[in-house]
Amino acid sequence: MSEMAQTAEEATVRRPDLSNARLRKRYAAERRFRLYGLLAVLAAVGMLAVLLGSIVLNGYSAFLQTHIALDVHMDETVIMAEGDTPEAMADANYRALVFKAIERRFPSVRDMGEQRELHRLVSGGAPRAIKDMVLDNPALVGTTQTVWVKADDEIDMLHKGYVDRTLPENRRLVNDRTLGWYDSLREADLIELQFNTTFFTGTDSREPEQAGILGAAVGSFLTLFVTLLLSFPVAVLAAIYLEEFAPKNRLTDLIEVNINNLAAVPSIVFGLLGLAVIINFFGFPRSSPLVGGIVLALMTLPTIIISARSALKAVPPSVREAALGIGASRIQTVTHHVLPLALPGVLTGTIIGMAQALGETAPLLMVGMVAFVVAVPSGFTDASTVLPVQIFLWSDSPERAFVEKTSAAIMVLLAFLITMNAVAVFLRKRFERRW
Amino acid sequence: MAELQATAAATEIPEATGASPDAGSDQPAKIAARNVNVFYGTNQALKDIDLDLGGNEVTALIGPSGCGKSTFLRCLNRMNDVIDICRVTGRITLDGEDIYDPRLDVVQLRARVGMVFQKPNPFPKSIYDNIAYGPRIHGVANNKEELEEIVVTSLQRAGLWNEVKDRLNVPGTGLSGGQQQRLCIARAIAVSPEVILMDEPCSALDPIATAKIEELIDELRGNYTIVIVTHNMQQAARVSQRTAFFHLGEMVEADETEAIFTNPKDERTLGYITGRYG
Repeated sequence: MSEMAQTAEEATVRRPDLSNARLRKRYAAERRFRLYGLLAVLAAVGMLAVLLGSIVLNGYSAFLQTHIALDVHMDETVIMAEGDTPEAMADANYRALVFKAIERRFPSVRDMGEQRELHRLVSGGAPRAIKDMVLDNPALVGTTQTVWVKADDEIDMLHKGYVDRTLPENRRLVNDRTLGWYDSLREADLIELQFNTTFFTGTDSREPEQAGILGAAVGSFLTLFVTLLLSFPVAVLAAIYLEEFAPKNRLTDLIEVNINNLAAVPSIVFGLLGLAVIINFFGFPRSSPLVGGIVLALMTLPTIIISARSALKAVPPSVREAALGIGASRIQTVTHHVLPLALPGVLTGTIIGMAQALGETAPLLMVGMVAFVVAVPSGFTDASTVLPVQIFLWSDSPERAFVEKTSAAIMVLLAFLITMNAVAVFLRKRFERRW
Repeated sequence: MAELQATAAATEIPEATGASPDAGSDQPAKIAARNVNVFYGTNQALKDIDLDLGGNEVTALIGPSGCGKSTFLRCLNRMNDVIDICRVTGRITLDGEDIYDPRLDVVQLRARVGMVFQKPNPFPKSIYDNIAYGPRIHGVANNKEELEEIVVTSLQRAGLWNEVKDRLNVPGTGLSGGQQQRLCIARAIAVSPEVILMDEPCSALDPIATAKIEELIDELRGNYTIVIVTHNMQQAARVSQRTAFFHLGEMVEADETEAIFTNPKDERTLGYITGRYG
C-alpha cells in the first residue's frame, strides 16, 4: 500500500494533451461523421424520389382516358327492333349504331377489312355506354347525339404520346392508316383526354381502357377486414397474457422465441399453409377474401403481438404498483390502467401490421386470389383479388396501356398505405399520455 | 365532563389488557411479524424478522440501503407477490389474521393496508379520478354524491384540497412532486385503510414538500397505523413513535423512537445513527 503510494508520488504528472492539433482532428472527425450521415439521408431520399417519381410519371396518365366524339344516330329501327320494352331495348344491337357512326365520320372507307380496322378506333365498351344512355333516357331514341365514347387503348396510347411515329409501320403499335384517321379526328377536335372514372369504378378487364381497380380495392378491404377481426383480438390477448400474467419460465421463453421466429417466416409459407389446411382440409372457398384474410391474419399475428408486448412493456411499473397498491386486482390493473396507456402503441402496431398485410402478395397467390375476376366481390366468400395482386396481374399483361394502369394502381395502393400510416401517427399523437 | 372522562377511561382498559407483553407499547399490536424470511431466488433478503407494529402510531423502519426494510414493508400488503422469484416464509398477522393465508384475498388485504410509494405515482388521469378509483373498485360509495364526498374529504385530509379544489379535472401528473405525493396519500386514504405503508415517501421531494408530508403523517396518526421506511434519520425521529433498525436483512433493534436515538442497545444501531456507516 505504502509502496504504491510512493510510486504514485514519484510518477511524472501526465496532463491531457490540449494542443490545437488534437482539437482540429476531433472537429474534423465530427464534421466528417455528420457529412456521412447527411449523405446517407440524401441517398435514401434520392432513391425514394426516383421510385415515386417514376411511378407517378408512368402512372398519372392512367387517370385520364382518350375519348372520341361520335355523332351517333339513335336509330329507332335498331333499338326497337325487338319491341319498346326496356328489356327488348337492352338487347338491341348498339354495336351497329356505334359502327355506323364511325363509318359516317369516314365515308371514304369502303373496304370491309379497312372498315373493321376503323371500328377498332373506339373501345369495345362504347356500345354499352350508348345502351346505358338510351335506357336512362328513352327520349333520345330517334335523335342524333354527339357522344364522347372511349377510344381504344391503342389510340389512347397514341394520343398520350406513347407511340413513336418515326418507327417503321411494322414495328409500330398503330399502322399508317389508323394514324391518318387519328390525325383527321384530331384536326377536327373530335378527340380529347377526359377524366378516367372507369379506373375507379371498373373491375379487371382484358381491355385496358375498361379496366378498373374497384374490384381489387373491395377485395382488399374485405380481406383486411377479416384479417383485423381475427388477428387484433387474438394478438392483443396473447400479448397481455404473455406480458402481464404468464409466469417467466422455459415454456414462455420458448413461446416468445417462436413468436419472433414466426414474424420472420417468409410470407409465401403462410400461403402454402392456407392452401393445404384452410382450402384443402377445411374446404373453404378458394380465391375468397375469407381465406386470404385468414392467411394474412396468421402472418400479421406475430407483428401485432410483438408491438403490443413492447407497448405494454413500456408502461412504467409504477403504474401497476399504484393500482395494485390500492387494491386493484391484476385484471383491473391491466384493463383500467396498463392497457389504456399501451393502447396507442398497440394500435400503431396493429395498423402497421395491417399495412403490411395490405401490401402482401405472395401468400394470396397461393390461395388463388390471383384469379381474373371481373365482378366486384359482394361477400367474404366471393372470388376476388386484392390491390397488390391486381398490380402483379397488370404488370404481367402484354398491352402497352397496362403499363400506366400498373403504376396508377401502385399509386392508389400507396395512397391507402400512407393514409393508414398517417392514421397510426395521428392515433399515437392523440392518445399518447405522459406519466 | 366527568362522564366523558369515565368513558375515556373505560375504553382504555381493554386496550391496556390487550397489549401484548413484548410490544413495548400500551396498545395491542396491529401487525405482528414472526420468523419472517424472504428469499429472492436463492438470495435471502430477510432473516427471522420478529416485529410488532402498534395501532394508531407511526413506526419508522431505518437502516442502510439493501438492508431489507422496503422488502419487509412490501410483505405487509403482499406486494411481493408480483415478483415471481420472491418467496416469503413465517407468519404475519393483521389483527390476529394471517395475511399469507391462501384463503385470504389479496385485493381485500390491500384495501385494508394501503401503500404510498417512493416516487409519486399518480395515475395519468384527472385528480378526481385518481382519488375516486379506489372507492369505485371497492364499492365504497353508493352514488355519485357519496363518491364526491369521499374525494373531497380525502383531499382535505391529505392537505391538498385548497390547492386543487378549482382544478379537479386536470391530470394528477401535472402537479408538483410534493402535491403528487400528497395526492397519492389522498388516494390511499380514500378507501379508508387501517394501515398505510410508506416507502420513503419524501426521498424525491424538496425540504418544504417533505415538511408538509411529515406534518400530514403526524395528523393521520390518529386514525391510521402508519409504517414508514426512511433513509432520513431526522425524519424518523420527527415523525415516528417507534423505530426499528434493520441491518443486512436482520431486524437489529426495535424500540421507542426516543430510546433508539438516545440510548440504542445494539452497537450497530449506535454506529448507524451516529453516522459511522450506512
